[in-house]
Amino acid sequence: MFTPEMMESVKRVEATRDARMGMEPERMTAREKEELLRAFHPDYRTEAFEEIKIGPNKGEKAPAELTHLLHSNSRLLHTELDLEKIDYDVDVLVIGGGGAGASAAIEAHEAGADVMIVTKLRIGDANTMMAEGGIQAADKENDSPAQHYLDAFGGGHFAARPELLKKLVMEAPEAIQWLNDLGVMFDKDANGRMVTTHGGGTSRKRMHACKDYSGAEIMRTLRDEVLNRRIPVVEFTSAVELLKDEKHQVAGAVLLNMETGDYLVARAKTVVIATGGAGRMHYQGFATSNHYGATADGLVLGYRAGAPLLYQDTIQYHPTGVAYPSQIFGALVTEKVRSLGAMLVNVDGEAFMHPLETRDVSAASIIRECTARGKGVATPLGTGVWLDTPMIERIGGEGTIEKRIPAMLRMYMNYGIDMRKLPILIYPTLHYQNGGLEIGGDGFTKAISNLLVAGEAVGGIHGRNRLMGNSLLDIIVFGRDAGKAAAAKAKEISLGVLSLKHIQDYAEELKNANIMSDDVSPLLLPKYARHQR
Amino acid sequence: MEKMVNVYFFGKRYSVPADLTIMTAMEYAGYTLTRGCGCRHGFCGACATMYRIKGKNELRTCLACQTQVQEGMYVASIPFFPTDKRTYEINEIRPEQRIMMELYPEIYSCIGCNACTKACTQDLNVMQYIAYAQRGEFEKCAEASFDCVSCGCCSVRCPAEISHPMVGVLARRLTGKYLAPKSEHLHKRVEEIHAGAYDGLIEQIMGKSITEMQELYNHREIEK
Repeated sequence: MFTPEMMESVKRVEATRDARMGMEPERMTAREKEELLRAFHPDYRTEAFEEIKIGPNKGEKAPAELTHLLHSNSRLLHTELDLEKIDYDVDVLVIGGGGAGASAAIEAHEAGADVMIVTKLRIGDANTMMAEGGIQAADKENDSPAQHYLDAFGGGHFAARPELLKKLVMEAPEAIQWLNDLGVMFDKDANGRMVTTHGGGTSRKRMHACKDYSGAEIMRTLRDEVLNRRIPVVEFTSAVELLKDEKHQVAGAVLLNMETGDYLVARAKTVVIATGGAGRMHYQGFATSNHYGATADGLVLGYRAGAPLLYQDTIQYHPTGVAYPSQIFGALVTEKVRSLGAMLVNVDGEAFMHPLETRDVSAASIIRECTARGKGVATPLGTGVWLDTPMIERIGGEGTIEKRIPAMLRMYMNYGIDMRKLPILIYPTLHYQNGGLEIGGDGFTKAISNLLVAGEAVGGIHGRNRLMGNSLLDIIVFGRDAGKAAAAKAKEISLGVLSLKHIQDYAEELKNANIMSDDVSPLLLPKYARHQR
Repeated sequence: MEKMVNVYFFGKRYSVPADLTIMTAMEYAGYTLTRGCGCRHGFCGACATMYRIKGKNELRTCLACQTQVQEGMYVASIPFFPTDKRTYEINEIRPEQRIMMELYPEIYSCIGCNACTKACTQDLNVMQYIAYAQRGEFEKCAEASFDCVSCGCCSVRCPAEISHPMVGVLARRLTGKYLAPKSEHLHKRVEEIHAGAYDGLIEQIMGKSITEMQELYNHREIEK
């Protein structure tokens, strides 16, 4: 329940609600947005970034925590490993068991390849599972892939790689169809028309959803399909380094059994990095909406093997993370809450912005409200603003919240907050890694000819900001394509001798740059255990 | 001084802040979690947990990430449970009652004890959705099981040894693929794209300069 001070503010929110119903706050101009971002978006806090000193992106900036990982040592640097003892030998090795990895594995299997998945937790323990709001595709009459392209390109500050964004929007309807044919239950009306809504920054209502369990419904269907196909899934096993050969090809990975601490060797003709995001790095001290394993592992693996990063300095803070109660601090409150009509309101009950600006603009605006303007609501862990959820019931009719966003209702009810009757307190939460490893339109990294990347580990699909519903889309589109391409490529690859020489070379580079670290990377899991000594 | 409570992880007592969840309390106590921890936000079902409050008889099930600690809580996590998923070829099966009989015959051994429903961490009416599955009412089963996170607490408690979450997945896939009405507009758009109907438009927009794109973006019409 809310504190008495919070309830005082709730009264002010309630007092303005009638007047706010039916009115639409003005959208910001391009210039206003630009100024707001520069002043308040965390990506512009230069002190939170550090220069990368070695490797393909030498001289560029990355979040300090990521730079630290890139400057850390390989676990295998001083480890004796017999690379001739092969534990797994496959055509296609998929690293990561989320939506992108599962899609890739299904398509590689469909193409006849011998494919396996390794994942450091369980298949489905991934940000995909937690995506609530939906997935975009231009499949309505008033919409087109070109319109989708325009929204995403502009929303991403005109920085997306055109060949990647084109694939995303052109293959979107087919991605929805593929999921539907696998049995994903999309929200439809009685005639089969998809129920679609807006997301922040969309110009057409093209957000398809499965209530507010969109990602969960997609992930559990993909997982079921992977298991039906009997694709080997090696769980609680993390890739800790890529393997290469003398032909500058990737040749598999060294794996770590997370429970026993034993190393294993997986040889593969093609490798798909589908390791997801980095929320658990807690950049700039932010709470996160991400799953436990989101620690940028794939970026470190790929970078150490010589693959460049792109836009590694841009991070998405989801505007509406839980600010209160503390037990669910940082958890995602889906953007769909705003799609359905809830406004962002400050401590005095004023709607201070249009609720459906893009995520970077919304997050910056909320941070401004809570800092420079001093119009936030104090919470035990910081501040927040209101998301006026009772408006949803007024607009959509009683029962709309239970029907359309049951996960949100349940999450708050656990702590005695009925969002149908009371607004909720939110603050931006670390949500998405806009940047990642650079790929071409064929899904392969440009530096290593048989290494692919799919999903959140890719940089460049969305530019410098991502629209809601384009991530669930990209894991399916690029995951599937990566699986097909990996299977085809595997047929023409002949591997040389497995080697970890690139690890030694990387260590040499670190030494030459005078970088000394006692830490190892990839991180694999965040360090949350509190030890008294 | 923050309020502390005593909790017992696998029988061993720890004093932890009262506002923590079971999961963060374990970390406060010094545990490094590998199993029993996934999304940490109530969607993945990795942290199925059983507990009993000292002095009370009732045995409770919950998700460790979504449940606040209480004084005297005896906690045991269920890091893995051997639910039994049967494999099938989704394109070969049909939404007929006999498919449940073939794949999950044990659902017909349900004794109606309702332990599954009582154990559900999502407050679903599990026994009811199993009843729908028995009768081949897949859409009802799909709807009633929709919020399932597959934590498996239902299956842990079931005397008939049913793997409830797996039954729900099957019903949902049958519903999504075969029973839900077809989306004509979707199929039409996919065909149009395959026929090249949008190739010109997309090439055109990709060929524009950044200034032209900014102009287009900043003045685009937004659907009400």
